[in-house]
Parts: sequence; C-alpha cells; structure tokens
Amino acid sequence: MFLEVKGLCQRYGDSEILKDINLDVKRGEVFVVIGPTGSGKTTLLRLIGLLDKPASGRIYFGGQEVTDSERSRLEIRRTIAVVFQKPAVFNTSVYDNVAYGLRIRKEKGASLRNKVTNALETVGLSGYENRIARSLSGGEVQRVALARAMVIEPELLLLDEPTANLDPVSASNIEKLISQVIQKLDTTVIMSTHDMFQGQRLADRMGVIMAGKMLQTGDPREVFNLPRGREIAEFVGMENILGGVIASNEEGMVTVDIEGNVIEGISNLVPSEEVYACIRPEEITLARARDSTSARNTFPAEVTRIVLFGPLARVEMDCGFPLVALITKRSAEEMELQTGTRIYASFKATGVHIITQ
Amino acid sequence: MLEITATTLAISGSSTFLAALIFVPLGCLIHFHDFRGKRLLVAIIQTFYSLPTVFVGLLIFMAFSREGPLGISGILFTPQVMVIGQVFLIAPIVTGLTISALSGVRPEIKDTAVSLGASTFQTIRTILIEARYATLTAVLVGFGRAISEVGLAIMVGGNISGYTRVLSTAIALETTQGNIGLPLALGMILISLALGVSVLVNRLQQR
Repeated sequence: MFLEVKGLCQRYGDSEILKDINLDVKRGEVFVVIGPTGSGKTTLLRLIGLLDKPASGRIYFGGQEVTDSERSRLEIRRTIAVVFQKPAVFNTSVYDNVAYGLRIRKEKGASLRNKVTNALETVGLSGYENRIARSLSGGEVQRVALARAMVIEPELLLLDEPTANLDPVSASNIEKLISQVIQKLDTTVIMSTHDMFQGQRLADRMGVIMAGKMLQTGDPREVFNLPRGREIAEFVGMENILGGVIASNEEGMVTVDIEGNVIEGISNLVPSEEVYACIRPEEITLARARDSTSARNTFPAEVTRIVLFGPLARVEMDCGFPLVALITKRSAEEMELQTGTRIYASFKATGVHIITQ
Repeated sequence: MLEITATTLAISGSSTFLAALIFVPLGCLIHFHDFRGKRLLVAIIQTFYSLPTVFVGLLIFMAFSREGPLGISGILFTPQVMVIGQVFLIAPIVTGLTISALSGVRPEIKDTAVSLGASTFQTIRTILIEARYATLTAVLVGFGRAISEVGLAIMVGGNISGYTRVLSTAIALETTQGNIGLPLALGMILISLALGVSVLVNRLQQR
C-alpha cells in the first residue's frame, strides 16, 4: 500500500477536528475526499502532507511509519506536493515561482529551465515567465500553483479544494487541467472537494468525510447511489429522504410504510425496522395519466412548485408526503405542468435506496 | 556646505549600515523564535521608536566622558562616537520594523514553502526574501531618523567645524547666531535628502 492512515485524530484546543480516520491509498490512485465545508478535509490533507503533526494516529508511506524526526519528515515531504485552496504566490516572477521547488532540491541549469518551461506550457501559461506572480488573476494563480507542484514530479500530489475559490468558468477550466495533469504525471493523487460531481468526475475511489469522521469509502458510483447514512444521502444529492418503517419483506422485496403510504423497494432489512427510503430526483418520472408501467411505485400528486434551471426543471410535489423530481424543461412544458397540476409520479423499486435510521 | 553634507551622509550612512548589520538579524531572531515575554519585548521595542535623542545623547555622553566607563577610549566629540550614538538611537526602529516586516509575510507563504519541500532554513530564507522590501524600508526609516536628529549630534559630537558638524547641528548653530540664509540652504539639503528617502520608502512599500 502506498499510503496508510491509521486512527488519525486532530484537535485544536478543545474541538476535535478529525476523529479516528483510517485510509488506504494505492499507488497511482486518484482518491477524492468529499465533504461539506468545515468537515476536516483540509486538516486531513495537511496531516498527510506532513505540514502538521496529528494529536494521535499513524501515517505510513510505503509501509514505513512517519516519525517525528525532522530529517525523515523532510525527506518524505520532498516526495509530496500540495496545491492549496487559496494558493499563495511568492512575490517574484511566475518563472521563479514555478522553479522554487526545483531550486530547493538544488536543481539548476538547462534541466531546471526545461522543466519549468514544460510545466508552464502544460498549464497554459507560456509567455507568462516574467510576469509578477502577484498581479495574476485567481485562475492564473491556481495554474501557477499547479505548475509549481507538478514540476517537482511528486510521488503524491495533494489538491485541497483546488477550484472552490474560482468563478464557474475558471473552475471548470482548472478541473479539466487537473485531469490532464493527473494523466500526464501518472502519480498518486489525493484531492478534497465539497463538489460531489467534481469528485465523481475525477475519482478512482472516494471517501465521504463529515464532522471529522470518514463515514464511507468506495468507488464513486457506490457512494453516489448507495450512501450509507442519511447525512451522506443528503450530501450526495438524494433529495428525497423519507422516514418510515419496514412493513414487510418477501425475499428482499420490501414495503416501507411512510405515514400511511406504501413504497416498494429492495432491501434485506426486517419488518418494524425504522428506515429512510431515499430516491434520487432524477429517478422519478411524471405522467399526466396513470399508465401501466413496470415501476412498482406510482402515486397521485399535486405540483406545489416548479423551479427551472438551465435545461432542467425541478418539480416539487405533494403525494401525501413531499417528493421532488428532476425532469427536462421540455418535458415540463409539453406536460403543461403548473403549480396545482394533478399528475402521477412513478419510480422503480430498484431506484429506492433503503438505509436504517 | 558640501563638506557638511558629506560628513552628514558619512556619519548617518555608517550608523545605518551598522544598525542594519546588527539589528536586522536580531529582528529575524526575535521573529522566528517563540519564547516567553516575546510580545512584551516587542512592545518595549516599539515604545523606544520615539526615544528622545537628547536622552540617548546623555547616556552616550556619560559613558564616553572622561570619568565614564568608556572614557578611556577618548572618542568623545568625534564622528565615531556619533555613529555609536546613532546606532543606539535607531536600533529599536530597525529591529521593530524588521519584526513587523517579517510578520507581514502571510502564513500561507510559509506553508507553500514547506509544502514544496523547503527545509526549516530554506523556509526562513524564503520568508526573508518575501519581506525584502519591507525590511529595506525599516533600514531607510532608521536612516531618516539618524540624519535629521540634532540633540545627540550636538551633545556627543560637539558640532566641531569641519569634523563633527552635520547638517542638523549646523542649522541649529547658524540660526542662533542670527544667520538665516545659510541654515535655510542647509535645511533645503536636509529636506531633499529626507524627501529622497521617503520617496524610496514609498516606492518599496508599493511592491
């Protein structure tokens, strides 16, 4: 295993920032830590980057435990590069900023020049060599930071919310650049983000961190579709989280009683267990009439609100319990949906993800 | 007039140079070390920014007068003792403003250096380089104070014509003798020197 983290805890004063974090990352893997702001992502990355020391717990690189000795920490740190959420640039030229890590490592001459030039080219900043780094825009500074990190060819690249401080256009450009850099470097990457979708686009594997605890790790699909708890479900965009009780279970086909309404789903949980039935809004289809369908769940509903954004429409309904569906704007127009319109909402039993309360 | 200006620049230049040599590193030492009473020390240093020049003059005079502990050196009323006095006078400003300059470097700079593989020594060097303009400002402000003070220069220098007479003491003397033209001209020179320093400081601070 390239990186192992065992029982990592961190606290500042009385508050516990990280609680018993355990993590394995394979060589060459892109591991994305997702979680809301303030969940401990930055703290975790700072510990892995050996910028801070943990309150307790151990970190292993290539099976070797990281000790307190400054010399060995420096040696490991030299194989790691970090890009911070709000990168600082040295008050020098762009070229000198990118060359910094190499000069620290006593590199000079033509090889240094070539590496810096290549890195600047990769991030699209050729011709910026002599610009004063402080005069650059946020997106450009982020590019400098990426170039500065990749130029040292790190074995581990840590990216702490690299797009969180940028406008949407710059953010999407930087994200594209990051995926290029990841491919080019072919190195191990640990990245944090609060953007679930960004995580899904970049990750080989991801971990969900909330309130300092790593609640779930797995491949992005799994985390996205099979969240292990209510908090994770909310975070990954399961907008419909309905509290209820398992009424029956016949060979894995369960019915959940939600305030008198019955939803069918797939689960191995036993009757009388208190659960949440989670349904992604995009899994719900709407119809004007009750058609015959393979979907196990169909409810008559009244539209309470429609919110348009881009090509999509978010339809909020009341079917005895609140339900949110995500359909295309075109469908909403063709169905002439309005507040108060009576419709039928359907979703498949396999689209219902059942978790215990 | 030229001679007085040259003496002034030589004395204040030497004292500023010496003060920079000693007190910029001292400021670094204080900034990069955590110890008990650090904040108190910095507060005391800042209080001494406006140390009365005549008070420093008195202390230096006492130290170097014939009965004083350093009287044996026999350098009272020489340019050398003026330089020593000015070094003490501007020491708090140079030290204190160096500390401010280093504190002005954002903590992210340290993180960035460390995260790119800098050792402790390399990190300190990086922070110093980041603070280079502000540190130079500290030295220039010290020079400005050294060149314009009069109390110390008269008390320990003696205002000896062609030897320890500097712009500020010459102005004081000529004015009391009822001359107006010469001190005004000397004043102009002094002001343009001060102005030059101030323009330089301003330019550096914009970097």
